[in-house]
Amino acid sequence: MHSEAKWPLKLAATAGLLFLHIPLGLIILYAFTTEEKSYQFPPPGLTTQWFAKAWFDRPDIWPPLYLSLEVALISTLLAMILGTCAAAALSRARFYGRNSLSLLFVLPIALPGIITGMALRSAFDIMSIAFSTWTIILGHTTFCMVVVYNNVLARFRRTSGEMVEASMDLGATGTQTFIYVVLPQIASALLAGGMLAFALSFDEVIVTTFTAGQQTTLPIWIYGELRHPTIRPITNVVAIFVIAVTFVPILFAYYFTRESES
Amino acid sequence: MTAPSALASLLFRKPGLLTFALLAPPIFWLVVVYLGSLFALMLQSFYALDDFSGLILHEFTLATYAHLFDEANIQIILRTLIMAAVVTVASAIIAFPIAYYAARFARGKMKALFYLAVMMPLWSSYLVKIYAWKLILAKEGIVSWVANLLHGQWLIDALLSIPSIGGSSLSFSYIGTFLVFVYIWLPYMILPIQTSLERVPYSLIEASTDLGATPAQTFRNIIFPLAFPGVVAGSIFTFSLTLGDYIVPQIVGNSRLMIGQAVYTFQGTSGDIPLAAAFTVVAMFIMGTYLTVAKRLGAFDAL
Repeated sequence: MHSEAKWPLKLAATAGLLFLHIPLGLIILYAFTTEEKSYQFPPPGLTTQWFAKAWFDRPDIWPPLYLSLEVALISTLLAMILGTCAAAALSRARFYGRNSLSLLFVLPIALPGIITGMALRSAFDIMSIAFSTWTIILGHTTFCMVVVYNNVLARFRRTSGEMVEASMDLGATGTQTFIYVVLPQIASALLAGGMLAFALSFDEVIVTTFTAGQQTTLPIWIYGELRHPTIRPITNVVAIFVIAVTFVPILFAYYFTRESES
Repeated sequence: MTAPSALASLLFRKPGLLTFALLAPPIFWLVVVYLGSLFALMLQSFYALDDFSGLILHEFTLATYAHLFDEANIQIILRTLIMAAVVTVASAIIAFPIAYYAARFARGKMKALFYLAVMMPLWSSYLVKIYAWKLILAKEGIVSWVANLLHGQWLIDALLSIPSIGGSSLSFSYIGTFLVFVYIWLPYMILPIQTSLERVPYSLIEASTDLGATPAQTFRNIIFPLAFPGVVAGSIFTFSLTLGDYIVPQIVGNSRLMIGQAVYTFQGTSGDIPLAAAFTVVAMFIMGTYLTVAKRLGAFDAL
């Protein structure tokens, strides 16, 4: 087993990994190009002017950014509450219909986003609900909940219920038990789930287009720029920003769950 | 005893009640928002658009489903199925060596590096990944540059001249759409294959070698059959995600629609929510069938 891999395997694995990483590198390179009308390669020159231009000269970027942040924050918060409740209940209890419930809780992620999106769109139409920030949040919370649920459920399965029993036997109130016993046990998993949910919501576009109506979130803004490009390097600057905003929480989440497992 | 603490002890003494109290909010959400919407979706697919007024007639009819059998709509469904199948097979072929190397040869730091190298593209922004391919496949982009450098422009031209999968440039052809799909879903294929490869007991491989099998025979008769459920598990993602996507073919592709684009267009510009809903039900039906087959092949144990 501990023999060396043969060269064709090494070559195929390396080529596959390069295929995964080169495109993201190009996004960063093109944010510095001096060419704004086409995707000329190699870039005719390099400049950092687009970062300043995106910040100062493009007021159209800010409202979508704020809307995306608002939606992601509220959805994540709701998802953390709902996901934790579901995980707490399903990790211990045994009752009739438990397996179908577990299936229900992963369905919003297992089915393609277009189904969730179109389903919500159909419901809003039948009930004559007008599009608003809350219709977007409704969709996002549904799939964010699943991410939190999965993370917290995994943690609950690895902790025992004896601590809770001991705490209650020793006279702690339910609130005290929750704050001093349960919360510290699940905190890092909950935080990791919340971070993943935030990243997922901040970047989501498929469900959002069906629930946003005329509103523009940051991914919808980018989608618009992809279809009808204006100043192309500016799109790259925003893309780098999105990569950063989604990467930081994911690295944190990785760190939190890794630390507790080793 | 104050009221809240009395409540807490009551809940603690009756765990069934606690479970119920915890489950009520999330279940309420999923049943009302999610299942309720899915029900609305089914309902909409049995309505129809009035051709004259352009309004949705809220009466039960099968007219919208009959509409699905129009030549153009059948084409859309077939095209999407073929794309999803081809993307799935290609992803499996590219993913297998990476997963195999990571599972059987990478150790320690190398292993962590492999894991991060697969996870980072998986989690980076979906739109940004598509955008990257628009840069790559553009006529003046890096692919043409490399092709010119190697005097291989004729190869790209030859590929693009193939009827139906070719087009005016890579970013306006099915070849381009296919490449982007493979790229963005590849990590979803690598991870389950790696997991199932890691579960193959080493003793079986030793036994096979001891009994005189060549490495190729061991791979074909031992390793691959045991890792196959992982491939099927990965294919659930690549197939389902390709089936429902409408952004990739819109950004990189030609003007002929896939199911996702049909749903998006019908509910949007043409306001034909019933037809969009019926197309979505088709996607659900296809996924349901696919999941049933995948379950038979043991894919769920590999997740």
